[in-house]
Amino acid sequence: MSVIQLSAVSRWYGNVVAVNDITMSIGPGVTGLLGPNGAGKSTILHMIAGFLAPSKGTLTVRGKPTWQNTGIYRTLGLVPERDSVYAFLTGEQFVRATARLHKLPDEEAATRHALEMTDMTAAAGRRISTYSKGMRQRIKVAAALVHDPEILLLDEPFNGMDPRQRLHMMDLLAKLGAEGRVILFSSHILEEVEKLSGTIQVMVAGRLAASGDFRAIRRLMTSRPHVFSVRSSDDRRLAAALVGRPYTSAVELTGTGGLQVRTSDFGAFCAQIATITRDNGIALRELLPTDESLESVFGYLISSQGS
Amino acid sequence: MFNPTVATLTIRATLGRRRALLFAIPAVVLIALTLAVRATHPAGPTWAAQVLGDFGFSVLLPLTALILGTGVLGAEIDDGSAIHLLATPVSRSSIVVTKAAVAAAGTMLFAAVPELIAGLLAPDSGKLAVALFIGALAGSVIYTAAFVLASVVTTRAIAVGLLYVLIWEGLLGNFVGGARILSIAHYSLGIANAIHPDTALNAGLGLSTSLVLGIAVTVGALVLASRRLSSFAIKGEPA
Repeated sequence: MSVIQLSAVSRWYGNVVAVNDITMSIGPGVTGLLGPNGAGKSTILHMIAGFLAPSKGTLTVRGKPTWQNTGIYRTLGLVPERDSVYAFLTGEQFVRATARLHKLPDEEAATRHALEMTDMTAAAGRRISTYSKGMRQRIKVAAALVHDPEILLLDEPFNGMDPRQRLHMMDLLAKLGAEGRVILFSSHILEEVEKLSGTIQVMVAGRLAASGDFRAIRRLMTSRPHVFSVRSSDDRRLAAALVGRPYTSAVELTGTGGLQVRTSDFGAFCAQIATITRDNGIALRELLPTDESLESVFGYLISSQGS
Repeated sequence: MFNPTVATLTIRATLGRRRALLFAIPAVVLIALTLAVRATHPAGPTWAAQVLGDFGFSVLLPLTALILGTGVLGAEIDDGSAIHLLATPVSRSSIVVTKAAVAAAGTMLFAAVPELIAGLLAPDSGKLAVALFIGALAGSVIYTAAFVLASVVTTRAIAVGLLYVLIWEGLLGNFVGGARILSIAHYSLGIANAIHPDTALNAGLGLSTSLVLGIAVTVGALVLASRRLSSFAIKGEPA
């Protein structure tokens, strides 16, 4: 069942194409919009939220275009990436003001409920200007949830959160998704979303590169080939030990000292390198992933999805 | 049309930016100037109209309206917090009208009221003071509507507003008669002059012309600003 529908949507700024011919449909549950910075994730979210017109193609929410349609905000909540909020208000005042702007029949109960859901009740009496980045993120979510929207859009909601806050946010999104809401969030860090399940849409350079189940993508993530540079107390012995492992595809002793290890399984290598060095009595001095750029990770995902 | 929640947020944001002092500066200058001239020229017959008409209407009123009119909505658009207001079903015209009303009320408080106080301080100018006060009240509404429109149309609203006030109204309005047709200062002066005629005010427009044009500019600016806000787009950051 599709609630948000994009058909051949493109968006460009002058000569720069931010979103290129994207067709996707998003239904109830949690959907992650993943891709490196500048891939067009925010542009997509802004278009769905009615804050940007598609240059080409059609975009509808429940069959209606969102551009210049303020009625859409009765069923849609948006958590923008920038944390510019009315910092002079307390968290509670901000959420209640939003409830009033929505003309909710019981703003008091709605405010309390939204603060509870985001675990912000304790800090609700403080000014937003005193909040940490993670708390600002949560108070924005509380404001976006106050009118109990069917659709919640979140732009990089995990940015600036510590691991505990991140887990809490993932739990909240999972819960909201399980209630049958449409939850669409963007993120540029794949590992961030390990706890979530649902659908994933991978964007690279304005195009939809891959889409599928979270678990499948995660499996691809951990079993991707990778190159590490390693320094240890005995590089030759470590090289010999590594060559014997099934996930090692190449080991090279570099001229400057140290090893270049090519592995076919990122996850297995990371899990075992410490044990291997310890069992062989080798001291591990340095372990650096050499091609950890997001583009290469996403690039790998695309090629493996295509094949 | 008027949304009390939007108004409350706007007032708190405007005063919370610690610019409240800034609005008060031109008003303090006007009153200080009036006191200074009164001390040195106690018997001068025309200076009240000149000081209050010239400084009051061509500096104090437009500058206060400029700071407030471009700030009430423009500042939020600039820093991105406007999105929290715009992602609600509140009608765009209601947002524009409420914001403009708050800016107009602020301009009345920080420009029209000081104009009245200064007018009452000047010798023998009771009726003139009231006339200028009413002209300034009208000017507050027209100016802020125009500056709210500027803030929705361009991110350089303050520069555009300054150019309009200084070049169009300050220079052209005084030397080229036709420019007065599009001068908000002259609408305000026209209204003040109709209540208490004084040649030192240099009013170039009659009452009916001032009223009709003033209303047309106000309504036109608010309608255009609402329409523009309905197509509010988040600035894209192309990769």
